[in-house]
Amino acid sequence: MRPVATTRSTSGMTTGRLAVWWVICSEIVIFGGILGSYIMSRIAHDGWGHIGFAGSTNAYIGLTNTFVLLTSSLFAVLGHYAAEHEQDGPKAARYLYLTAGGGGLFLCIKAFEWTTEIGHGLTITANNFWSFYYVAAGVHASHVIAGMIIMLIVAQRAKKNLDLHRVELVGVYWHFVDLVWIFLFPLLYIAK
Amino acid sequence: MATAEVTHDAHDDHGHHADAGFVKKYLWSTDHKMIAMQYLVTGMAMALIGGFFAYVFRMQLAFPGVDVPGFGIVSPAEYNALVTNHGTIMIFWVAMPVLIAAFGNFLIPLMIGCDDMVFPKINRLSYQVFLLSAIVLVSSFFVQGGGFGGAWTAYPPLSAVSAYNLTPLGSTLWVVAVALEFVAFLLGGINFITTAMNSRAPGMRLYDIPMAVWMIVVASILFMASVGPLIAGAIMLIFDQTLHTGFFDPAKGGDPVLWQHLFWFFGHPEVYVVLLPALGFVAEIITTFSRKPLFAYRTVLYTVFGTGILSFTVWAHHQFISGIDPRMAHIFTITTLLISVPIAEMMFVYIATLYRGSITLTTPMLWALAFLGEFLIGGVTGIFLGASGPDIFYHDTYFVLAHFHYTFFPIAIIGSFAGLTYWWPKITGKMMNETLGKIHFWGTVIPFNLIFLPLFVLGQLGQHRRIYSYEGFGELMRDDVLLGMGMQDLRILATTALVVMLAFQFVFFLNVFLTLRKKEKDAGSNPYDANSLEWLAPSPPGHGNFAELPTVYRGPYEYSHPDRKAKGTDFWPQWEKE
Amino acid sequence: MDWIVHASTYADSVDNAILLITWLVGFWFFLTLGIFFWLIIRYRAKPGVDAQYLTGGEAQPKKFITWIHMLVLVCDVFIVVAAIRVWVEVKQTLPETPETQTVRVIGQQWAWSFVHPGPDGQLDTPDDIKTVDDLHIEVDRPYIYELTSRDVMHSFSVISFRLKQDAVPGRVITGWFQATKAGDYMIQCAEMCGIGHGLMPATVHVETPEQHAAWQASQSGGAMLAQAGR
Repeated sequence: MRPVATTRSTSGMTTGRLAVWWVICSEIVIFGGILGSYIMSRIAHDGWGHIGFAGSTNAYIGLTNTFVLLTSSLFAVLGHYAAEHEQDGPKAARYLYLTAGGGGLFLCIKAFEWTTEIGHGLTITANNFWSFYYVAAGVHASHVIAGMIIMLIVAQRAKKNLDLHRVELVGVYWHFVDLVWIFLFPLLYIAK
Repeated sequence: MATAEVTHDAHDDHGHHADAGFVKKYLWSTDHKMIAMQYLVTGMAMALIGGFFAYVFRMQLAFPGVDVPGFGIVSPAEYNALVTNHGTIMIFWVAMPVLIAAFGNFLIPLMIGCDDMVFPKINRLSYQVFLLSAIVLVSSFFVQGGGFGGAWTAYPPLSAVSAYNLTPLGSTLWVVAVALEFVAFLLGGINFITTAMNSRAPGMRLYDIPMAVWMIVVASILFMASVGPLIAGAIMLIFDQTLHTGFFDPAKGGDPVLWQHLFWFFGHPEVYVVLLPALGFVAEIITTFSRKPLFAYRTVLYTVFGTGILSFTVWAHHQFISGIDPRMAHIFTITTLLISVPIAEMMFVYIATLYRGSITLTTPMLWALAFLGEFLIGGVTGIFLGASGPDIFYHDTYFVLAHFHYTFFPIAIIGSFAGLTYWWPKITGKMMNETLGKIHFWGTVIPFNLIFLPLFVLGQLGQHRRIYSYEGFGELMRDDVLLGMGMQDLRILATTALVVMLAFQFVFFLNVFLTLRKKEKDAGSNPYDANSLEWLAPSPPGHGNFAELPTVYRGPYEYSHPDRKAKGTDFWPQWEKE
Repeated sequence: MDWIVHASTYADSVDNAILLITWLVGFWFFLTLGIFFWLIIRYRAKPGVDAQYLTGGEAQPKKFITWIHMLVLVCDVFIVVAAIRVWVEVKQTLPETPETQTVRVIGQQWAWSFVHPGPDGQLDTPDDIKTVDDLHIEVDRPYIYELTSRDVMHSFSVISFRLKQDAVPGRVITGWFQATKAGDYMIQCAEMCGIGHGLMPATVHVETPEQHAAWQASQSGGAMLAQAGR
């Protein structure tokens, strides 16, 4: 059913990989816009480092979430290895489930974190720092959710040893999501 | 439209294909040609809406307060919504879908010699998201409070606070529609890039790719690389509108000028995003109808890359007097004047293609040449605006408006008609009527100039934009400013010309109707003796496009090659071995 | 460019820069257009005459194109220099002479209000005069304006002065002008500001010192006067 177009690779790069990098480039610019705006606003407002603003984010929770995402990325790498070098679909799928699980844990911790913050009056409209905080972390979280869904779909196919090349591709996407968090973490949690 | 001649090996499991129902064939297709038609029809329908809006607000300007036939009396709020949505529709729902999505989808697989896009389902999804965005936009006109009226640039705080814009629902729907359109084109871009880079026919090196394909590919890259910050801005604006955050509200510590930077960082590359495909079509047409290679193919390519890169450095020339640090104006005036160099180069090279050619003025060639002549006016008038000092006077006047219509109209309208009349035989298998084509051409281009040349004059006289009636402005109602005409006379002239131009569009639709009604597919696969691969496929191409996928042996512009003259022909198709 | 009256000191600078661009751009434009039309006519298809296979890689056209590039770049340099000089004069200098006075310009949905310094020549004193839609200034006196907005983006535009500056809420933006001809000149709002955007014309009254003093005297000290707009 697939067009012949999908079987060619004139550029040397597989089409799937080209497509994923295209998606990542477009996401870099989107997150770049959000974070660039945040950084410019932060520079213009000295007070944002204090309590009630960035001073009230919980760096320990942030750190935990960083660790969770990095670990899940590790599982993604192991899944890629299993798919590409061992040709072991079920094994790759198991690693993908673990990766998605890491994403799920990340989201649970974030839900707890946000509930606490909102309970203390640090809502999206509390001040502009918190507006940026929720938008940046929220757009990131939506990408975590999307990544998890795609990962589960890929895992379902991989379990049957189908489309194993997609394990690497979804892994690349997941590493990007991880990388965005690596930028968010110091910007939102450390810079006080 | 797509006939079901399936002779291609790779489609063994398509036994049921000839019986595809209406829904599967027309609404749920993954075939790039059908998706192209969906984009084309939607884009043209939106063009009718955008054109109607122009008719209404120009009638208001020419005859203030008078009941406009087909609309009624235009209130100031309605006027603002009309100009806002005219601009928004023409850029996002006409220029982009027709030039990039419709032609890109139709042409790219054909011109590079393969059978479809690489990701047909994502392709289909991109159209569906696009259609949704169009529906959301149109719905914004009918909600309580009416459509958004804060100009297509949507500067906050006006666009962010409903107490200021008085269109709470319309404003949010407008932003959501634009954001959805962006997503649709990001999805579409995936296919253009991967297909053009990866699925080329064997033998097609990078320098053998037709300019139309290159241009659409580079346009997609420019779009993708520039739209991100505006998506970020749109998210922030939606939150300002709905949750009352303060990203752009100075009362809450936000900055209205931040939006401007996010908007124009995208907004400026965007004009090149739509320019490039039109330039691509012009390249295909002028080479075919002057029987000559494109003059300096590689130069064109490098200037396109150069323009693309430079386009990211000029954005704040839209913001010279908006409250940015005045020192920044120096940087942006330099970059803006610099970008005129590669563009001028491209124009010179295109014109040089005509030198020593053998030119036939068919309808597509007329459109392509008109593009060059009219865009030249648009381009040179941009210099006045890119120079920071003069822009103090020109900013927000009708001079700006005339400048960008002398660029956008060639791009979106002339470029579309050039492409449509040129590839119509390939799309439908039938030749259009040349006489009707020429009547439509002249009936569009002459009135076009009569609309916008007066507007240059009005701009030079200091008339500002987005004002629904000039009757309250004594200095803008002067008599005898040009050839005995007063300023209001010029407005009436422009409106009259617009009505005439819109009327002539019926000739185009008549041509379409008569052509489609023809029983016989009289075009044949290569009615122009052209070189690029789409002219190998049947007209119209069937599912799978080519009976046998071609191999490429040379570039796309080998016209009048001395070796071929010996054989008595003046063209050398890319697919012919000898 | 006598299309619009020159009523300020920098109007001439702006117009001269525009004139320079007109000449340079006009030259290139008509040259290019002329060549363009000539080529179309000269190389119309004729029976028995073939097109020539020219790819642009040939040496002679290449050299020709290089010369044109250089010339275009030189023209660009002239234009940039002219533009920057005007810009610096209008946007990056402020008058510092003792007779300079300051006026406050406030845009809002949908009117312009002004605070004049009054007879003592100082703002924020009891004799300040506040008006709506009518700005009164003296001819040949330099003025600094402090521009802001109460709500959305507006833009203070006086075409006869070649003056334009966006009014940004939350900021006070400073500029200057010096009127050279007495008379009444139109103010337009140059940034979309809502349904009343076209309904906020205002007037600058450029007065001789005598007329100005008479106007000041006719305003009772410090009171807010709603002047009927034009």
